[in-house]
Amino acid sequence: MIQYLNNNSAVVLDALQQHIWLALLPVLLGFAIALPLGYLGVRFTWLYHPLVNTSGVLYSIPSLALFVFLPVLLGTKVLSPINIVVALTIYTVALLARTVADGLRSVDPTVTQAATAMGYRRFRRLIDVELPVALPVILAGLRVATVANISLVSVGALIGVGGLGQLFTRGFQLFYLEPILVGIILSVALAGIADLVIVLIQRAVTPWARFQRGGTA
Amino acid sequence: MITFDDVVKVYPGGSTAVDHLTVELPTGKLTALVGPSGCGKTTSLRMINRMVRPTSGRVLIDGEDVAGQDEAKLRRGIGYVIQHAGLFPHRTVLDNVATVPVLLGKTRREARAAAIGLLERVGLSEEFAKRYPAQLSGGQQQRVGVARALAADPPVMLMDEPFSAVDPVVRGQLHAEFLRLQQDLGKTIALVTHDIDEAIKLGDRVAVLRQGGILAQFGTPQDLLTKPADDFVAEFVGRDRGLRSLSFDSAAALPVRPPAEAPDLVLDDAGRPVAWRSVGDLGGVFQVTDSLRVVTDLAISSPVGIAVRVDADGRADGIVSHHDLADHLVARRRESASA
Amino acid sequence: MNLSYLFDPEHWQFGVAGGFPQLILSHLGYSALALLFGVIIALPVGLYIGHTGRGSFLAINAGNAGRSLPTLGLLMLMVTLLGLGLLPVLIALTVLVVPPILTSTYAGMRAVDHSVVDAARGMGMRPWQVLTRVEFPMALPVIMGGFRSAALQVIATATVAASVGLGGLGRLLIDGLAVNDYSRVLAGAIVVAVLAVVLDLFLALVQRWVVSPGMSGQARRAAT
Repeated sequence: MIQYLNNNSAVVLDALQQHIWLALLPVLLGFAIALPLGYLGVRFTWLYHPLVNTSGVLYSIPSLALFVFLPVLLGTKVLSPINIVVALTIYTVALLARTVADGLRSVDPTVTQAATAMGYRRFRRLIDVELPVALPVILAGLRVATVANISLVSVGALIGVGGLGQLFTRGFQLFYLEPILVGIILSVALAGIADLVIVLIQRAVTPWARFQRGGTA
Repeated sequence: MITFDDVVKVYPGGSTAVDHLTVELPTGKLTALVGPSGCGKTTSLRMINRMVRPTSGRVLIDGEDVAGQDEAKLRRGIGYVIQHAGLFPHRTVLDNVATVPVLLGKTRREARAAAIGLLERVGLSEEFAKRYPAQLSGGQQQRVGVARALAADPPVMLMDEPFSAVDPVVRGQLHAEFLRLQQDLGKTIALVTHDIDEAIKLGDRVAVLRQGGILAQFGTPQDLLTKPADDFVAEFVGRDRGLRSLSFDSAAALPVRPPAEAPDLVLDDAGRPVAWRSVGDLGGVFQVTDSLRVVTDLAISSPVGIAVRVDADGRADGIVSHHDLADHLVARRRESASA
Repeated sequence: MNLSYLFDPEHWQFGVAGGFPQLILSHLGYSALALLFGVIIALPVGLYIGHTGRGSFLAINAGNAGRSLPTLGLLMLMVTLLGLGLLPVLIALTVLVVPPILTSTYAGMRAVDHSVVDAARGMGMRPWQVLTRVEFPMALPVIMGGFRSAALQVIATATVAASVGLGGLGRLLIDGLAVNDYSRVLAGAIVVAVLAVVLDLFLALVQRWVVSPGMSGQARRAAT
């Protein structure tokens, strides 16, 4: 395996780099979209169930189907990385919008009432009180979405854009174990590191959560 | 009869929960185990049905050591009621009540038919049978818990803080109904509570335990109120125990004067008291079956300082002034002190 | 959008090799087989860990580990190791199904109200009866949640598995891409997406049917 890495370091690094941005860009985009969406699902209660149901349907669509369907919808080329990014963004939004809504709904109503009684306006209360209290739940969802994205990117290799997935298809075509093992190890390691980073961020920004029961999933 | 014979329970880690407990809970009576948290009352209770095993000593039911018996069979013969009822959320009220009979081999149909009757017994109408525990109030859940414990008609019942999770008003109702039920059934009951008032109200006997699982006093509620064994029990029972002990004294022995001695008392044609001529409102009346506490309350809250006794038909048949009452109470105290 | 392949009635005839009915059935068959193996392995282990509390480390981390495994890599690894055929693919699918079922079974068991178990023991249920009559039915809403996500996972992965020779709807996608028949690819994508959504709805109905109505309030809470 070491020898394989030595001989193919450029290919592997290229694949790794592509894998990272194909997986993480959708996390950022998805998070940015899911946050207001989840909030709307709480602010307007009639929106909550449509939001949850739509998320459920989108999340259940198999990744390969979505990858090949998007070009029709977006007018992109089948081999374009945009398809992967958009598909993974959809999954991230589907997972996180619900998590954000559930996180905000889980905030103890006495806490929000106390904030209102102290003179908080709605937006300021959201930023100062509700979001911080809901953060452990939201970040737990973010961990799941990030790890799932990192493992899903490689499926893209079947339509030509798949980061480390390209190592799988190459190894499979040549019946050669090394690139497949390298790809799996790097992908799992990447997921582990990303997960750990979010946990550390969570520890840093929610120091109070350590003293509560069931703060993380 | 449930016998604790020099029972010790030391938990791993060295803390002593029960310290050489020897006590007998009489058959057909309700014995309350009461004490502050950490006094080993729940541990003691749970040793009766082998949920906890004693470190040393024996627990016997009607002379038979529980240690030698099959756990599951032993427990099926002992009713068990706990604080939040512990109802099975996935089973209807009816199936909850039918649990033990089914475990004992009855068919589901038989067990359900019997369960309906039990629900009625604890004051729940048939419409509750098909509901799930989540659809009941706390008080209703607790009633189902009691019905479930009674389902196999066990001679012995264990109750761990059965009424402490409901609000005071509902608790009062449950107490009254439960006492009525126990009067009919005459089960041998061990009841754990941290509430001394509940222990005194419900218990035929009360065992007061102190921190570290030591028995501080065992006796009737009246014993506890009038003759606390030590400062701990006196403190635990509370400062108004003198007044509260009057609840256990009947007004039967209280001498009364004829109603004619109170010319202010207005009677109707049938001889029933109506009002005080000078001040109006009568305030209330007592019967010979009431306790001295009721009489005391009437006498000191009456605008003229007199409590009126009536017979079963509601006719005035005697009066007691607060002076008479005070004399009687003092005499009674002297008697019990010299006895 | 070229939907000619999807709406060609010839592709919807029963018993035709490569037709939709046959592809759907084989897709569901492989998925069901993997789910069955997954349940046989994960359910007893999850119940044991949840009942005894022993080995909880394993159950908690299985979920994370399972999610981070790249499905395509696992499939191709198995085939490269064991050669082409149904067995290596089924092994890979089963490996992916085990973690969500194991983790949810454990989580469901841990969430069972302790006082209810205490009451069950106190009424004279034997350990096996406590497990089957109280703990399992109470854990079922959470277990079903895990089973549903495992089912979606396996439908998606079975599609991908066409790239290593498995039959089923994935064939339309992989073969269509290989010969640039985009109408076929699109048909496969749509049918497999609809299949997944319908299956999830069906399992939601099954869940409503097998889970006691008394638990539904808790089911809602546990699903978040």
